[in-house]
Amino acid sequence: MTDPDQLQSEVLGHIAAAASPEALEAVRVASMGKAGSVTTLMKSLGGMTPEQRQTEGPRLNGLREAVTAALAARKTELEAAALDARLKAERQDMTLPVGLPPQGSIHPVSQVMDELAEIFADMGFAVATGPEIEDDWHNFTALNIPEHHPARAMHDTFYVDGLDAEGRKRVLRTHTSPVQIRTMMASKPPIRIIAPGRVYRSDSDATHTPMFHQIEGLVIDKGITLAHLRWTLETFIKAFFEVDDVTLRFRPSYFPFTEPSVEVDVGYSSKTGKPAAAADVDKWLEVLGSGMVHPRVIAACGLDPQEWQGFAFGTGVDRLAMLKYGLTDLRAFFDGDLRWLRQHGFAFLDVPTLSAGVSA
Amino acid sequence: MKFTLSWLKAHLDTSASLTEITQALTSLGLEVEGVEDPASKLAPFVIAEVLTAERHPQADKLQVLSIDAGNGPLQVVCGAPNARAGMKGVFGPPGAHVPGAGITLKVAAIRGVESNGMMCSTRELELGSDHDGIIELDPSAPVGTAYAEWAGLSDPVIDIAITPNRQECLGIHGIARDLAAAGLGSLIEPDTTPVPGTFPNPVAIATHDAQGCPAFHARTVRGVKNGASPAWLQRWLTAVGLRPISALVDITSYMSIAHGRPLHVYDVATLTGGLTARRARAGEQVNALNGKTYTLDDTMTVIADDVHAHDIGGIMGGIESGVSAATTTVLIEAAWFTPERIGATGRALGINSDARARFERGVDPGFVAPGLELATRMVQDLCGGEASDVTQAGTLPLTPKVVHYDPARVAGLAGIDVAEDEQAAILTRLGFTVSLGERWAVTVPSWRRDVDGEADLVEEVVRLHGLDRVPSTPLPRREGVALPTATPAQKRERRLRRALAAAGFNEAITWSFLPPAHAAAFGGAAHSLSNPISTDMAAMRPSLLPGLLAAAARNFDRAQPSVRLFELGQRYLASGEHPTAAALMAGDARARDWRTGASTKFDAFDAKAAALAALAALGVPTDRLSVQSPADGWWHPGRAGRLALGKQVLADFGLLYPATLTTLDVRGPVAAFELYLDALPPAPKRKTGAWAPAALNPLTRDFAFVVDETMAAESLVRAITGADKALITQVRLFDCFAGGSLSEGKVSLAVEVVLQPTERTLTDADIAALSAKVIAAAAKLGAELRG
Repeated sequence: MTDPDQLQSEVLGHIAAAASPEALEAVRVASMGKAGSVTTLMKSLGGMTPEQRQTEGPRLNGLREAVTAALAARKTELEAAALDARLKAERQDMTLPVGLPPQGSIHPVSQVMDELAEIFADMGFAVATGPEIEDDWHNFTALNIPEHHPARAMHDTFYVDGLDAEGRKRVLRTHTSPVQIRTMMASKPPIRIIAPGRVYRSDSDATHTPMFHQIEGLVIDKGITLAHLRWTLETFIKAFFEVDDVTLRFRPSYFPFTEPSVEVDVGYSSKTGKPAAAADVDKWLEVLGSGMVHPRVIAACGLDPQEWQGFAFGTGVDRLAMLKYGLTDLRAFFDGDLRWLRQHGFAFLDVPTLSAGVSA
Repeated sequence: MKFTLSWLKAHLDTSASLTEITQALTSLGLEVEGVEDPASKLAPFVIAEVLTAERHPQADKLQVLSIDAGNGPLQVVCGAPNARAGMKGVFGPPGAHVPGAGITLKVAAIRGVESNGMMCSTRELELGSDHDGIIELDPSAPVGTAYAEWAGLSDPVIDIAITPNRQECLGIHGIARDLAAAGLGSLIEPDTTPVPGTFPNPVAIATHDAQGCPAFHARTVRGVKNGASPAWLQRWLTAVGLRPISALVDITSYMSIAHGRPLHVYDVATLTGGLTARRARAGEQVNALNGKTYTLDDTMTVIADDVHAHDIGGIMGGIESGVSAATTTVLIEAAWFTPERIGATGRALGINSDARARFERGVDPGFVAPGLELATRMVQDLCGGEASDVTQAGTLPLTPKVVHYDPARVAGLAGIDVAEDEQAAILTRLGFTVSLGERWAVTVPSWRRDVDGEADLVEEVVRLHGLDRVPSTPLPRREGVALPTATPAQKRERRLRRALAAAGFNEAITWSFLPPAHAAAFGGAAHSLSNPISTDMAAMRPSLLPGLLAAAARNFDRAQPSVRLFELGQRYLASGEHPTAAALMAGDARARDWRTGASTKFDAFDAKAAALAALAALGVPTDRLSVQSPADGWWHPGRAGRLALGKQVLADFGLLYPATLTTLDVRGPVAAFELYLDALPPAPKRKTGAWAPAALNPLTRDFAFVVDETMAAESLVRAITGADKALITQVRLFDCFAGGSLSEGKVSLAVEVVLQPTERTLTDADIAALSAKVIAAAAKLGAELRG
């Protein structure tokens, strides 16, 4: 009879030497198969006496278990090696490029309008809108610019063919101020609105485009004065340009729809390129036109100017964007040049909020 | 409005410095736009004596000069015929910038002879137009001295912007009045005492157009000699940009600039009979002083003699009756024209003259008679002559305006306290007459046409007190955090804009007006401009697509391979303005890539996907949208569609029609969508309340049907979705093909049906029953289950 111990060391040697799953399978068949060496030895148990079985049984079972375990262990080893070899063969060059999704952008004018809406919302101003094809009553007459007023000629107005339903001349609005009129006629004071939008002037050169954007502000209430205007503009400029201090200069000016009329200069520091405290101001930029709403305008809207008064202001949105973000060419705003839009546009996630800051 | 410092000081006795004056002007609302001292640019130029003048050895027309500019002899080549030994002139050394020639001098060889600078003409120094020779100075001129200083050229020119309400500041005297009222000196009043006439005015004066020319004053001065005006007057006029012409013409210019009082002078010898202000006859012509002939209509006012019109009243004089060196008898016209009429006539004729600018804003009716006296005195001073009586035709609008004024309005409107006595003093200094009382009665001076209410007086007081002294007072603020203010439409636009940018589109802003041909390719413009800036900007856009297409074409011209642009704005239709969003995709949808191979172009389904994503971002239930055929001719008839929710059309999408692209000169294919913001349903309310996910897992079953190729796939999906509304939660079409074993005109559509059991696990019988329902629903459309 074959000695189980000898057989065990022999078979384990074959298992260890098997270099492939196929070779291992051959060892398994030769040892554990129907006619395998271990199987044959196991069968010999049947011919043994109970006493022999008592002693040989455990030895033979030990042999079978040792071979089974060795086969399984070797199999796992060989599989791991095979997987390893396959994965190595599957290597890809991770330095190859991947395309990013196309990068969209928000136009600077839209971004700045969102910033303005956010700032003024905190001061209680809603956003109002009005038509761009206006009638000359809303654009001029109601704003105290009668038919033959020189200011009307100074507006470089675009006229639109035909009359409106009420027989009024039609114009492309030359400013956002008609929204003041529409707001005062449609709602009861107190009123706090801003009105951003497209406006049109027949003017085209390096610094003027026939279409541009304005924002209008209007407050109508009781007891509102130029001093409230000053605070409102200071607060807005500080928030918009994100500076701690700002210096405004009020100069007398003329707009037919305000009286007194105020041109507002913002004091700039050339060192920081931003609005600055008085001590650091070394140049002035004309930024806003404003004033107390003319009593005739308030009356034209059906309100009693003895009871209601307030201020209005207006400025160029494109210009605010240029000042804040260092843009230089107004004409480029309306060209749709992808290079410019990607360079100067804003990411969609740059949503201006008070908590995260209104600047991108 | 330009004036010089010395001219201002002829009207304002002041010791204020130039800086004080310019600061005061700006704070008074007379915004200083520039201050230029002509002397500063002439600083390097010095007085020099020509020592010797020899013929240039190489050039007949040049001389070689030896000059002394204070540092001994220097050699200078000069082409001026008047250069000669012993004369004194103006020398520019190397390094000096010659303003009239636009060059900077340097040592140079001219035809082989070294030249160390230049002897200058008046034109080269921008002191006049003479370029026939170099400047000749008085023999007493000190050699080596700075020329501008010696010549008294240092007279800063101040340029200020005049707002339309301040017409009285279109004369230096009005500016001086404001400065005096602000405490910068005292106003010097001109001598306007009447010059007695020594004979009756021989020219009959009348106005027959009381509306256009309510008053017409005039007088004749005979025996005048109309030579050049004196140097001081010429210098002032030149400094402010006017060309001196002759004494009489220069006097009218002086009156216009110094007093804002335009006058006109006629050579009486050229007139036939008297002068009458009247309406022009339709078609009547005037040969104006600018050399042009204007054809008038019967709304315009002219000054005419018995034969024809000479003068477009208040706008421009005529050439036939103009004064010349030969003029010996002159008629001075001082009229008052109605501002509205002047404005309308000026606009209609396109004439922008100094006279129009003043009359249009309204000259002082109180200074018609005094102005005529002042002008008479000046004519006699400069030209001699004998004055006739003054003829005054018509009536001046001199009724004084009285404004009832509550001084508390200053604090009430401007938010600043100004003491009542200071208010009264300010108004008085500005020429108002103040009658105190509970409400003050304030009489407005004749030169302040703009003042007619309390608010105007508040402005005057605050302007003089110092507008910049208005304090800062916080607007009242509501308690708690600020309320949201954006309207639903505004929120939708903000959301859509950022959704499109997130989807890879770049936001553009394009013109609201288009070339008419571009508008025509998109249904035509309902609104056109009467006065476009160019014909290419005449048609109000009926769609946002042409503007984006033009931008795409420009981007292709700049070698951009792929364009995704969007815009939010108005379309201008006959029914009004419609807020709209449009997006466009052109060029490469995908660049060539090592993973995906060759580049691909955008197709109609890219447009559909982008439109649906945009609508989904706005809360539109996209599963309820139907796709209809495109209705408009600018879309590809077979590869475009419109998305509707019920009957409401929300968007069009697809490829654009190739001929439309040709019109706009854009390379196709171009995929696009246009989304009609005002057609959208209200944003859905957010669902709140208890919710639990389904307890059982969903399962899927696939079906393939053969259908006619003309059948819309969407109808099959809808039919199957409706086959069992309780169980079927989604039907997804995942395959579509034609050809192969299918017969001509047929396509195979494969769908995955998602079933969501709710109460119990589905049995085979349940699923078999469901399958039968699906197959039956499809069969109603003629769809056959593939075997």
